[in-house]
Amino acid sequence: MNSDRTSISGYFQAGRRTLVKNKKGLVGFILLLLVVIGAVFAPFLTPYQPTEMNVLDKLKGPSFQHLLGTDRFGRDLLTRILYGIRTTLRISASSVLLSALVGSFIGILAAYSGGGIDTLIMRGMDILFAIPILLLAIAIAAIVKSGTLGAILAIGIVYVPIFARISRGPTLAVKEQSYIEAANATGQGSLSIIYRHVVPNVSAPIFVQITINLATAIIVESSLSFLGLGPTPPTPSLGVMISNGRNYLRLSPWPILVPGLGISTIILGFNLLGDALRETIDPKFKGTRTG
Amino acid sequence: MPILLVASIIVFIIGHSMPGDPASIMLGTEAADPEKLESARRQLGLDEPLAIQYFNWITGVVKGNLGVSLRTEKPIAKLILNRFPYTIELAIYALVISLIIAVPIGTLSAALDSRFLEWLVQLIMLAGMSIPAFWSGIVAILFFSVYLDVFPLVNFPHIWQAPGANLYSLFLPALVLAIPNAAVFTRMARSSSLETLEEDYIRTARSKGLSETRVLFKHLFKNALIPLVTLIGIRMGYLLGGSVIIEQVFSIPGLGRLGVQAIFQRDYPVFQSMVLIITTSFVIVNLIVDILYAYIDPRIRYS
Repeated sequence: MNSDRTSISGYFQAGRRTLVKNKKGLVGFILLLLVVIGAVFAPFLTPYQPTEMNVLDKLKGPSFQHLLGTDRFGRDLLTRILYGIRTTLRISASSVLLSALVGSFIGILAAYSGGGIDTLIMRGMDILFAIPILLLAIAIAAIVKSGTLGAILAIGIVYVPIFARISRGPTLAVKEQSYIEAANATGQGSLSIIYRHVVPNVSAPIFVQITINLATAIIVESSLSFLGLGPTPPTPSLGVMISNGRNYLRLSPWPILVPGLGISTIILGFNLLGDALRETIDPKFKGTRTG
Repeated sequence: MPILLVASIIVFIIGHSMPGDPASIMLGTEAADPEKLESARRQLGLDEPLAIQYFNWITGVVKGNLGVSLRTEKPIAKLILNRFPYTIELAIYALVISLIIAVPIGTLSAALDSRFLEWLVQLIMLAGMSIPAFWSGIVAILFFSVYLDVFPLVNFPHIWQAPGANLYSLFLPALVLAIPNAAVFTRMARSSSLETLEEDYIRTARSKGLSETRVLFKHLFKNALIPLVTLIGIRMGYLLGGSVIIEQVFSIPGLGRLGVQAIFQRDYPVFQSMVLIITTSFVIVNLIVDILYAYIDPRIRYS
């Protein structure tokens, strides 16, 4: 394995190459940039509050006053999705970070220890795989039952096995290298070897996986909140907005169309960027375009 | 089998970690009476140690006894028997639809040099991977049921009683569930077809003068679709889990809807049974796929 491609700086180089050379990556990056700017600067971009009601303007279509229409309480939909995207991004980013940290720790530990510990840990991960991801997330969210934190834990836990697997492979490969043997011989401790030699080598695939997993985490997050197992009102949430809008389908389509388009835009952005990154880092992988 | 056993322990722990005391949930307002509460706890076996509770539960499950619902106090097994066919049918229906979409488009886009097909692959990939199924489900209801009235939102007849009407009424939910899956299958069918096309036997077949259609049907499809079979096993997890949400969207009286309702009614034995049944079906499907795989591809032999 080429170390330049797998080190962290290699990842950022690949990232830059992705944006310059890969049109898909650029489009994804711009989409995400717009979404993040919209979410971060939401209070300055809209004159409304996400919970501000105006009964006279309820269930209106797009107009100059309300660019994307209003919901059944006359709340401005554009404002609500901008704030909802904040919630979505916060939950998905925290949960993916959680699973990446825990998962890669477990994967590296398993591979580095080897033998019985490795088998035991990886079998445990297999069993988590035996329960459908969405079902496991629903179950954990139902147990924790505390809105935002519950959703973060639920999504964080279900993706731990993926990161464990992703980090295990490269660790096994690195472990056999002669420089590890040399480091061992010079009396370096295991932790320092892992930190200095293993982590840099597994970080690139983990970063790519994080980008791709953000897309699926958002799907799970919105599904959970759609079921009522995510953040609870008054926290604005895209899934809850869709679930509420469903009751007024016949009166106005906007309360469901707008938040759904918001969710899909973010997921599309992460998918495009993730695919492009994967193509740059691993030339054998050619995502949507050629195979 | 060992996987099922360990999974059942996890499911049991999940069920027992649900918030609230089952005995007082069952009794409702009567739970204020400590004597009644105590006898309810004994009746539910909650006074036993956890390991004994698990043992009692799992031996019951093996005999087909899943316990009783805390809300209706009816046997759960009977409740599930009516609901389960909808869930498994929805998952299989969606599997079939996604294969019908993915196989021809994926393989032909690799074999033929067609810009249209390549564009179609792109479209399926991006739409399938970026649009959450529960939302496209509601949008589908909006267009096909509210605006066009082609798929009226009726109750869903049972498959044994009215197969035709059942398949018709489940078409929209199955299609919605199928699209993200079709994306994954299309990518797989395309990439494995591209790989197969490089194989020597394809070149041999072409050079011995076989017609292109014959090469495609006899040599390409058969070999290119083998990797899809393993993918089916993995993707059943998505289809079964996804049907839990799609049932909610379309108000289908399936197992998933039952389970989600049970969460909010804090009817934990029902929820626990739902998770157990779906997980078991997932494991069994994977077992079948493994056997099928060894049968289709003689190069694979399991020891």
